[in-house]
Amino acid sequence: MNTSLYEHPFVELNGVSKFYAGVRALEGVDFACRRGSIHAVLGENGAGKSTLIKVMAGVVSPTEGTLRVEGRACSFSGPSEAVSEGIVCVFQELSLMPDLSVADNISISDPPRRMGLIDRGAQNRRAEELLARINCEDVDPRMLVRELSLSRRQMVEIAKALGKNPKLLILDEATSALTARDVETVYRVLGELRDEGVGMLFISHRMHEVEALCDRLSVFRNGKHIETFDRGERTQDDIVKLMIGREVEHQFPPKPEPVARPAHLIVSNLAWENRLNGVDLAVGRGEIVGLGGLDGQGQKELLLALFGCLRGVKGSASIGGNNALTLSPAEAKSSARRIALVPEDRKTEGLMLPMSITDNLLAASFSRVSRGPFIDPQKAKAAVAAGIEKLRIKAGSPDAAVATLSGGNQQKVVIAKWLMTDPELILLNDPTRGIDVGTKQEIYRLMRDLADAGNAILFYSTDYAELIGCCDRVAVMYGGRIVAELQGEAITEEAIIAASLNISTARTAAIYAESGV
Amino acid sequence: MRSLFATLGVSIRQNRGFYGALAMFCIIYFFYHVLHPRGFSTNVLVANANESVALAFVAMAQAIPVLIGGLDLSVGAVMTLTACIASGLLHGSPEQIVFGMVVTVLTGTAFGFFNGLVIVLGRLQPIIVTLATGAIAMGFALLVRPSPGGRVDGDLNWALTNSLREFADVYGLADGGRADWFQPVAWVPVPLIILFGVAALVWVPFRRTVTGRTLYAIGSAEGAAYMSGLPIARAKIAAFTLAGFFAGCGGLYLAIQTSTGNADIPQAGAYTLNSIASVVLGGVSLLGGIGSAIGALIGALILRVISFYFRILAIDPLLQPLVEGIVLLLAVSLGAVRALRVKNRLELFR
Amino acid sequence: MNAIINRIKPDDFPILIAGGFVVIILLAGTAYTMTVMGTAPLLTPNYLMTQLQIGAFLGIAAIGMMMVILLGHIDLSIPWTMAAAAMMATSVGGPAAIPTGLAIGLLVGLFNGFGVAYLRIPSMIFTLGVDTVLRGLMVAHTGGYAPQTEATELMRWLASGRVLGIPNALFVWAAIALIIGVVLQRTAFGRAIYATGNKEAAAYLSGIRTRWVIVGSFVVCGLCAAAAGMLLAGYSTRAYQGMGNAYLLPSIAAVVIGGTRILGGSGRLTGTVVGVILIVLLNSVLSIMQMPEAGRQIIYGTVIVGMLLVYGRNAKITS
Repeated sequence: MNTSLYEHPFVELNGVSKFYAGVRALEGVDFACRRGSIHAVLGENGAGKSTLIKVMAGVVSPTEGTLRVEGRACSFSGPSEAVSEGIVCVFQELSLMPDLSVADNISISDPPRRMGLIDRGAQNRRAEELLARINCEDVDPRMLVRELSLSRRQMVEIAKALGKNPKLLILDEATSALTARDVETVYRVLGELRDEGVGMLFISHRMHEVEALCDRLSVFRNGKHIETFDRGERTQDDIVKLMIGREVEHQFPPKPEPVARPAHLIVSNLAWENRLNGVDLAVGRGEIVGLGGLDGQGQKELLLALFGCLRGVKGSASIGGNNALTLSPAEAKSSARRIALVPEDRKTEGLMLPMSITDNLLAASFSRVSRGPFIDPQKAKAAVAAGIEKLRIKAGSPDAAVATLSGGNQQKVVIAKWLMTDPELILLNDPTRGIDVGTKQEIYRLMRDLADAGNAILFYSTDYAELIGCCDRVAVMYGGRIVAELQGEAITEEAIIAASLNISTARTAAIYAESGV
Repeated sequence: MRSLFATLGVSIRQNRGFYGALAMFCIIYFFYHVLHPRGFSTNVLVANANESVALAFVAMAQAIPVLIGGLDLSVGAVMTLTACIASGLLHGSPEQIVFGMVVTVLTGTAFGFFNGLVIVLGRLQPIIVTLATGAIAMGFALLVRPSPGGRVDGDLNWALTNSLREFADVYGLADGGRADWFQPVAWVPVPLIILFGVAALVWVPFRRTVTGRTLYAIGSAEGAAYMSGLPIARAKIAAFTLAGFFAGCGGLYLAIQTSTGNADIPQAGAYTLNSIASVVLGGVSLLGGIGSAIGALIGALILRVISFYFRILAIDPLLQPLVEGIVLLLAVSLGAVRALRVKNRLELFR
Repeated sequence: MNAIINRIKPDDFPILIAGGFVVIILLAGTAYTMTVMGTAPLLTPNYLMTQLQIGAFLGIAAIGMMMVILLGHIDLSIPWTMAAAAMMATSVGGPAAIPTGLAIGLLVGLFNGFGVAYLRIPSMIFTLGVDTVLRGLMVAHTGGYAPQTEATELMRWLASGRVLGIPNALFVWAAIALIIGVVLQRTAFGRAIYATGNKEAAAYLSGIRTRWVIVGSFVVCGLCAAAAGMLLAGYSTRAYQGMGNAYLLPSIAAVVIGGTRILGGSGRLTGTVVGVILIVLLNSVLSIMQMPEAGRQIIYGTVIVGMLLVYGRNAKITS
């Protein structure tokens, strides 16, 4: 691959790698982008796009490799240094301060001043100008950010970035929360910026957006830069092929023949706030049911609702004929229901990081190792040893802090903690995120073993390959509802993608038929 | 005019805590005067103001660390220390008196700066650091003034604890306070001018500096503040320095008002605890990011007015702490409505 | 040497440092008395017993405080919980005295726990309000005067009596420390306290009833404060206004000096006990030296800040 993609790149990466606690996020990436162009970065979840822009925006520093801005080697110690080079990022997670006003937020790092004091009038005018540029005249600069809707916040975030006079503007899924009208506005502004000589990196999952906007496209897969080309050089079908790749990534355990199974969990018409809008679903014993769809379509809320974390849930859910809906995880795990949840974020929701493996493993099953109020040291020790053995957790000693383990072993601790409660319904929220391939395969194997032992498993994953490889059935969610249920041979990537976007499968099916994936 | 109302409307919606406190203060202070046996008089106003200034300063001092999500348990001790220093310096020639005032306030400021340095450089929790430095401040206060006493210029005491007329009279301004143009303002109590003057000259401009706004950003979302490249360490040190400054102002006024310094440990503790109560009553969030020092000032006034009621209503003064405690609990319980409305229990833990 | 250091758990470092400091205090104090008076009272068992007897009241209150600090909360209502329990116990008198005092502690703890766990009001402000209310109730109850009622025989015996030459107050302290030590290390409740203090969301999602845990800890804290208050009343033969005021800040300091994280989640009971001993001995050495109150306060504060800085550096490496 040629390292210099342009004669005069604005930002250039050479041999950049980034490891998080031993897990590879980027590997040997050569990448360049120039001013006056809109450059799309494409790839599946976990392809390394987010890490790429974090490196460029100075949020993380690369483990290996160099970054050059206009030919000068740079190493950023923080986001503000990247901003001073003209690299401005609109982050997916909002970087706004909710208790400050819109105008304050827009001018937060370099407010207009008069005699050393922030000039609120000038600041408001500046905010008004920037907001007007993106057709957001309805946002009063004096409003607090916490008073705004999510889509308005996203627009303020864009206005804030524009206010920093970017030379390279990075938009990470910046249009995901926007209304159709705002999307149009953002397209127009991006076009204007390109004409003014601003470079843009555009990250989006929406193919038609990319086709409409971008001059140049780069495809990433598994932390590697696969290819960069101009718009029109590749067909949409080729691009999809590049994104998916031909190699088989994961070894999945063989699936059993689809059979009718007695339903264990029956969910009907489940609703909560406006995030769940009538979910109907059944999960049988011995069955792994996948939850698919784009991020934020209600999958997490469904798991939390079943685990008793949400209040005001409407509709019904039953386990073996008894009401499954509870008001606390403590009741959800009780012998009447036997539900377990492996939560989304193991660092904040799954584990007490500074505490020992023993304490973390026992956290959900104190009552099982206690005699009266007292923990029986023998029972506890045996249970911990069994858990470590079963999941093959690699640790020096059960007394070591969980924080010292690798990501994969940490996740094993979370899973082992729940297996110790003998659950019958296991809810998994993206359990393989950010862990190494070897551990992933162990987890797939374990899931199948648990299902074969008669448990019901509900498995949310952002990785389509996992859903295809692991699940007996896949329920795809969109807008808080299940829009498609796929079974057996029907579980294909094109079917999941089509259902995720809530569109017909005709076109994607054609792509796949051609590529033979 | 309309835009003025619009601005006010936005402001009220965004600062419910502050305006709620302001309204509560106005109402209870109005009825205080209605119920007062002699009705409204400048004498009562002056007396009330005198009793409120020291606590109001300490409350402002507390508000600033609270805005970044911290807490300063040394404000009462720093106020006591500075009062003890002031009680020995505020006499002699005018130059000497001014020098004494400057030394007093600088001591408080320096102490606050020291707090900030230890907290930022040692990466320690403010609450426990200031617990310890509060003891150090009390130690120095006892060194300066082992037993209650002091000498404060009598004219200064009289001039600063009465109405403007007396102030003019003492220092021979405006024909000794008898000039015609002077009469419309002659009744204004000097302590209130000092209190609001310092707040307006120090806090209001500070809030509009980048450092001042960084305080709010830290309290609101420290991660986002970092991503925006704000000067976090500088702002934290500034917060505690400013807390020391306001505590120093409180101590200076207390010394002038009482003409003595008294290194009274329980009294210092009571001021610290009352400052926390004032901050909460004044609509400052203990989690940081919301509220202002002016709000805390109003909170302190509310706390004081409640105690005034006991005198005029001939309520058993023994019930005073009980009523104060209940008012405080009720006020903070209003904030609990949020917790009871949360639909996703996981949000409670953030 | 390194092997020994490696074997020590990070949790133990503060305890060892504090323990070492206790020894230094004793040695420095003895050196002082030897040169000035030619005697070594600090090393006589009797003197130490007397000091620890006084330290027992602080020790018991600090154990309660530790329970809530482990959760990342704080209880500022300890002073008047102590006073209220002591006053009510003495005014009821007879065999019902101690149960009455403990009932007061239980009620205060329940109320604090309710406000913090269910209403989710910051413990800092809620317990401050409860402290003020308790003060108000007690002032109203006694008319602002020192209560005329006297501590019961049993209270006095527990606080100032001796068995086998050892003060009974020490037995009480030791018994409570032992019970709480077992609770923290060996019961589901104890482990749940650490889990909740570390990461409340993770504990909640593990099916731990975190609200009950919080209420339970505040109840233990209230009971400990009540016990400390009644012992103090027994020692002084009566309850008095503001008797608990001098115990709030030292109890927090003892817990933190003992290595408990002020944000919760880690800390050992042994540490708190060592922390109390450190504070008590520091005080008694300073009083032998006839150090004026001013110097005591300064040394006291400096010691805490100094130890925090030492621990802080430690924490950065291990985390």
